[in-house]
Amino acid sequence: MGLTAWRDAALAADVTLQGTGATFPAPLYQRWFTEYNKLHPEVQINYQALGSGAGVKQFQEGLVNFGASDAAMTDEEIAAVKDGVVLLPMTAGSIVLAYNLPGGPPELKLSREAYVGIFLGTITKWNDPKIASANPGVTLPDTKITPVTRSDGSGTTFVFTQHLSAISNEWKSGPGTGKSVNFPTGVGGKGNPGVTALIKQTPGAIGYVEYGYAKQTNMPMAVLENKSGQYVKADRESEKAALSSVALPPDLRAWISDPAVPTAYPIVTYTWLLAYKKYADPKVRDALKGVIQYGLTEGQKFSEELGYIALPESVVTAVSKALDQIS
Amino acid sequence: MSPPEQSGAAARPNRIAVTTPPAATEPRDEPISRPPSTMEVWADRAFRASTLVIAWAVVGLVLYVVWDIGSAAGPAIRDYGGAFLTGTTWDANRNEFGIRPAIVGTVYTSFLGLAIGSAFGLAIAIFLSEGFLASGLDGALKVLGLADRPGWASVPGWIEDLLKTTVELLAAVPSVVYGLWGIFVVIPLVRGPANWLHDHLGWLPFFGTPLSGPGILPASLVLAIMVLPTISAISRDALVEVPPKLREAAFGLGATRWEAILAVIVPTASTGILGAIILGFGRALGETMALAMLAGNANVISWSMFSPANTLAALLANHFPEAGTVEVGALMYAALVLLAITLLVNIVGTTIVQRADAALKGLR
Repeated sequence: MGLTAWRDAALAADVTLQGTGATFPAPLYQRWFTEYNKLHPEVQINYQALGSGAGVKQFQEGLVNFGASDAAMTDEEIAAVKDGVVLLPMTAGSIVLAYNLPGGPPELKLSREAYVGIFLGTITKWNDPKIASANPGVTLPDTKITPVTRSDGSGTTFVFTQHLSAISNEWKSGPGTGKSVNFPTGVGGKGNPGVTALIKQTPGAIGYVEYGYAKQTNMPMAVLENKSGQYVKADRESEKAALSSVALPPDLRAWISDPAVPTAYPIVTYTWLLAYKKYADPKVRDALKGVIQYGLTEGQKFSEELGYIALPESVVTAVSKALDQIS
Repeated sequence: MSPPEQSGAAARPNRIAVTTPPAATEPRDEPISRPPSTMEVWADRAFRASTLVIAWAVVGLVLYVVWDIGSAAGPAIRDYGGAFLTGTTWDANRNEFGIRPAIVGTVYTSFLGLAIGSAFGLAIAIFLSEGFLASGLDGALKVLGLADRPGWASVPGWIEDLLKTTVELLAAVPSVVYGLWGIFVVIPLVRGPANWLHDHLGWLPFFGTPLSGPGILPASLVLAIMVLPTISAISRDALVEVPPKLREAAFGLGATRWEAILAVIVPTASTGILGAIILGFGRALGETMALAMLAGNANVISWSMFSPANTLAALLANHFPEAGTVEVGALMYAALVLLAITLLVNIVGTTIVQRADAALKGLR
């Protein structure tokens, strides 16, 4: 009896899971994995935050046990994986427009027309009437606008350009949606930290970063006009409202490109963990399922402190159920 | 078999007895030279063969890299051809690739960085090799009355070594640190003067745009500091190698210190100095991380040194991790172009060095 228990423990020991993918959820994932390792010392998880594209690529090539991406895999990409794919939304976050405007208001309001225009390069001065009209009573300086974009391919860019394409035909037919697009104007920074540094160092700059980065670095974030014409700032309530606007389909791929709820913040996304349907090694499969279950339950408690949105109860139930597909 | 030295020694017994201890005059039991053993012959051959193989392996490795990149770039070269070099859009969504802005940006930042870096590098090399520090310090020590004290004479040498090591230490600073330093220190520092120049001399194409943040000037300034150690260290070595006789002859003919330096010493060392500049240029062309952080990564072609730009190396670094198949081909093509530019610069540089060398030899 004692001997079998000991043998079981030895068998269970030393499972190492390899994962690669998005940088966006990386701080949260890293936290989960260290915490999980404390509870289950036999499971080691290596997560390399190389970017969503690299995550999908390495996952397709079978180089990792799981992947992660801010852009859910397309049908085409899924078809290329012979062991099958389960897409699991693990957390959600919002993308904010952080700005650096000496002499500007702390909560600048930007209409949809204004922020599309800024990134299209048609609005070039901070005191442009299209910006001023949404901010009555505020004197805006005559500063040149320097849009800051991501120079490297990223899921953040994908989510942001997907939103811009959803609200502007000019954007859709121009730069379009993608992990890296041909931005008509502005300067590019490498990674969220690069964009953050450029915004902080450039008076007149505005750029898109994940909420967590803007919050940590205390940058002012623009209040954006949503689909219902309301000006909404990014916070827990408006993000949750955005998530609630779209019901998750059975395959758990939901694009929230332009939430229609009046209280919703407009640029919100889920981020997905990519798992295979079949795992050859049951130890790896069980360890991975354990980690995911932990992330969905205990792990959600870290969300808010790290700047993410805790998943709604209904989503947690749906994702837990999807775990059964993994065998 | 008696070695020739012994017979020579026997012929001059008196001098030997005076200059060497008696033990040395005793006849030797063993010959002092012998033909190499078979073992040594083989060791020598093996050594020569291995150096030959290693030397050619380096050439082979370069060719392999070129071939490998070239074959990966093949489809892109067929699809895009020459339009790739002149196109100005990089749009992975529409499979539209052009690298003219990146080529212009690479050459612009490298030349500007190299011009600034060479001026300072050469100045440092002259300062450290021509005894300016020693003469200045000697004067100071004489005033203080310390010049004749033992120990103080070596102080200028120490300080020179310290300065030399400090400059060379710049080469050990990681590129990403330079990039961060550029964002947080250089850009805010140059923004004021740059925008003043734009406001007052904006009609000059070089100052045609305001500097908002990243751009060619901050990138070039940081590049200048990055190539500084290469240029100053090699130039200094070249200056130190100038034969003392030349220097003395110049002074003997009545040249002042600066006349001697500018008309005799620097021209004599010019081969080495040019070599240093070419090495620095190679470094500047290939520099990636600092430029990806400072040049602005914008596909813009502008004469203005305050405008954001893109460089080939930064383009590669930014787009590789997320690139799809078609884009990887285009990136390989861009890498090949960067290789070709580097090769071209090296050939031109080597030719200039050879010409300069030949001209100088003709003078002697």
